[in-house]
Amino acid sequence: MTTQDIINVTGILLNYLVPTLKLFGFTLLFSIPLGMIAAMLKMCRFKPISWLTNIYILIMRGTPLMLQVIAVYYIIPYLKLAEGLPKPIASILAGIDIRSENYMFYAVLAAFSLNYAAYFAEIFRGGIESIPKGQYEAAAALGFTKTQTFFRIILPQVVKRIVPASSNEVITLVKDTSIANVVAYAEITLKARQQMQVYSSLLPLVIAGVFYFILATLLTFLFSFIEKKLSYYR
Amino acid sequence: MSMLEINKLSKSFGGFEVLKNISFSVEKGQAVSIIGPSGSGKSTLLRIVNQLEKADGGSISICGIPMITCDDSGRAVYANSKTLREVRLKIGLVFQNFNLFPHFTVLRNITEAPVCVLGMDKKEAEERAMKLLCKMNLSSKANEYPCNLSGGQQQRVSIARALALNPDMLFFDEPTSALDPELTGEILKVIKALAQAEMTMVIVTHEMAFAKEVSDRVIFMDKGVIIENGTPEEVFEKSENERTKQFLQRYNNP
Repeated sequence: MTTQDIINVTGILLNYLVPTLKLFGFTLLFSIPLGMIAAMLKMCRFKPISWLTNIYILIMRGTPLMLQVIAVYYIIPYLKLAEGLPKPIASILAGIDIRSENYMFYAVLAAFSLNYAAYFAEIFRGGIESIPKGQYEAAAALGFTKTQTFFRIILPQVVKRIVPASSNEVITLVKDTSIANVVAYAEITLKARQQMQVYSSLLPLVIAGVFYFILATLLTFLFSFIEKKLSYYR
Repeated sequence: MSMLEINKLSKSFGGFEVLKNISFSVEKGQAVSIIGPSGSGKSTLLRIVNQLEKADGGSISICGIPMITCDDSGRAVYANSKTLREVRLKIGLVFQNFNLFPHFTVLRNITEAPVCVLGMDKKEAEERAMKLLCKMNLSSKANEYPCNLSGGQQQRVSIARALALNPDMLFFDEPTSALDPELTGEILKVIKALAQAEMTMVIVTHEMAFAKEVSDRVIFMDKGVIIENGTPEEVFEKSENERTKQFLQRYNNP
């Protein structure tokens, strides 16, 4: 590959940084609140809910993300083929165009969000359970309501405690977006593989690697900055 | 009118009776110390009054408001949540290990509840908090975080935090037990000043000399039962009860 080729490939991959970051950003946007809800459900005192949440987390953490992406992507096409579905469901399915670009994005996003929510749920639960009982008791004795206690006293302390563990997840996520290429979601890795074949060279993959490396490094800096910002108390 | 009236209070943890038929009352302006060996139920008693633990039987009234009444079989029946809240705001609790909010400054630790719970204006809450800090000799620490304070300073902040809600009565759960002897003195001084200002207080403590000096009445508890309830003189000097004498002896000649 000539220098010009490298510049060309870099330019092409740069364009596909957008779908990579789009998947990354939206996954965070959905998986963090979803993870919070899952953490709450797992801590629910009504046991069946706690168990169901546990099963969900077990499955999500116990099977490969790539498998989940494929499964979620193909579930609707297979359902469309199925016979004897109730009318309302069948008509909803008929309305989904599985060939559209959006369908692919939504399917991948759904799989990623469900998977990452399970990991975040465990991080959040660990964070919430690590807050000493005395904090709840002090808040109760001062007359704070349960909601006030959670949002003013507990959650800010949880955030500080979960930053290191969350930074791991977030950095892994930016690299995991490459898994979406398994269903031909056009992101950096997919394009790098195509360019690899065009030029019969490994260099496009190396360039893609550099992209991920830079993103991961930026996130590392961001998180150590956040950690420093939150270190005003112990 | 009694500020606190407890009648036949009982509580078990998994079949083990921690409190048996506890009855006593506290009058306005009184400082009452509760002494007794570990595991005698003193802290549980305080925690029930402050709604951190549920009673099984008996009744409690605070400032004349029934918080727990008992039905015909003696079982505890709690008032509705509005009443419980009203009662809760009439009393304050100081914990053994302070339980300050580590993510707030000293000032915010004190103002948060008045602002959020009572709806007080933030400026006003801060002015009042500064006055309390001044009384606690901590004005210079207002903008520090609790982790930068000594144990004694943290406990004084937590007393200020409890006072900021203007409670009619204050409860102390072994306020000096987490402090080394040198820091204990500064807390006892603060409590003594509150007693002199006729704050109604119930103090669970292991500081016998302090209990003797500061209290109007002393209650000695053992194994979930009140064994003595009298003036410091009656309990510390004139008690005929074997168990009381035995307990106090250990403190007098350690």
